[in-house]
Amino acid sequence: MWTFFHKLGSPPWLYGISGSILRYLLPLTLLGLVVGAVWGLLYTSPDFRQGNSYRIIYIHVPSAVVALAGYYVMATAGAVSLIWKMKMADIAMKSCAPIGAALTFVALVTGAIWGKPTWGTWWVWDARITSMLILLFLYLGVIALYEAYDNKEAASKACAVLSLVGTVNIPIIYKSVDWWYSLHQPASIKFTGESTIHPSMLYPLLLMIICFYALFTCALLMNMRSEILSRERRTKWVRKLAAGEGN
Amino acid sequence: MSAPSVPAFCMRLLRRQLVLAVRRPVEIGNPLLFFAMVVALFPLGLGPAPDRLADFAPGILWIIALLSNLLTSDAVFRSDFDDGSLEQLLLSPQPLYFSVFAYVCAHWLVTGLLLALVSPVFALMLNLPVAGIAALFFSLLLGTAVLSLVGGIGAALTVGLKRGGMLISLLILPLYMPVLIFGTAAVKAAVDGAPAGPYLAILGAMLSLAIALAPIATAAGLRISVDA
Repeated sequence: MWTFFHKLGSPPWLYGISGSILRYLLPLTLLGLVVGAVWGLLYTSPDFRQGNSYRIIYIHVPSAVVALAGYYVMATAGAVSLIWKMKMADIAMKSCAPIGAALTFVALVTGAIWGKPTWGTWWVWDARITSMLILLFLYLGVIALYEAYDNKEAASKACAVLSLVGTVNIPIIYKSVDWWYSLHQPASIKFTGESTIHPSMLYPLLLMIICFYALFTCALLMNMRSEILSRERRTKWVRKLAAGEGN
Repeated sequence: MSAPSVPAFCMRLLRRQLVLAVRRPVEIGNPLLFFAMVVALFPLGLGPAPDRLADFAPGILWIIALLSNLLTSDAVFRSDFDDGSLEQLLLSPQPLYFSVFAYVCAHWLVTGLLLALVSPVFALMLNLPVAGIAALFFSLLLGTAVLSLVGGIGAALTVGLKRGGMLISLLILPLYMPVLIFGTAAVKAAVDGAPAGPYLAILGAMLSLAIALAPIATAAGLRISVDA
């Protein structure tokens, strides 16, 4: 157990293992995304009230769910890097921010596109939407702070503090639809109790959510690998890799 | 000479900050002047219709308070960072949590408290109904303290950077938003004749949370900035 923990701190080890994970995970993820998208967009029955427009749920919900989860990953990695001073946690935290920002953006845009036919408006200042916008700002703040520092080690630490402070907002975003009941519907998928979505629509959605998680993992690992290479570019093993003796 | 006790040290630090502020009265006046000027912008931009202004007054006043707090937050640690006394503070055996708290208290006393005290005047200028004025005062009193504490985190994280000014807004404005929501909600409730108490209680809860946690993050931020 502890050797595993120590290995996690070693850049070449992490680079190697993430490469072999990606080799299997990435094709599986892409396959799952294609299957889920085709299943959801073509083979489920149209919604009783919303017709076909509801199908954007298969993009909107997974990206929103993973955008929120991504913030937890980032904050946790930040905490690990502050407490145990693990370099790899630094890199993980830094690599989360752009992915999370992109997913949040996708969730907001698909939400706007979905809102036009169903609510008759692109945008409302409703609690869930506003709080997702705040989430986007939190991600962008972390990116901006990281870029502002010349010393990248200090940058990671500062970003770790900022992302930990930002976690205060995350439970508010999760619960916003239950606390302030407004235009955005409350969560239809529940782990405890009956879901309010029909199974024929639920299964492709669940598949898409799982695949978005996998996609997040893939993107994170790929981001981390390039960050590892750029930080370790002066070391022997990276030079060897660049010389063509790669894995 | 033995080290002073923690409360004595904090009081001295607070006094020092206040003395520094009082010696430059213009800098205390600046946020108030900013407040007054931006208040004057709204009737020019929105049109001077009294009932319209009254509708917007809670939001306008709160947003201006938030902005003037933001603009002054940047300077909380700046001069002490530049002349090296911040480094001395980090090296001293005093717990940084309480020292940071003293800095933030001083900042709140010369901005948030003063803004809350003068806010009724501006509220009347914007035609806010008299029923909302007490709620405005108390919500600003509690809310600006939260803003100062959170602003301290942003100030600590950006103090070592050359171009900190714009960045600090990007970092802490998202964290200011919950305060803005409940601050304006308190005033609106009072104007509509509903009790403002629940909203003030939430602001109080935010303040307690911020007092407990924000100085820890600020202290960590200062350590990072001084090390970098």
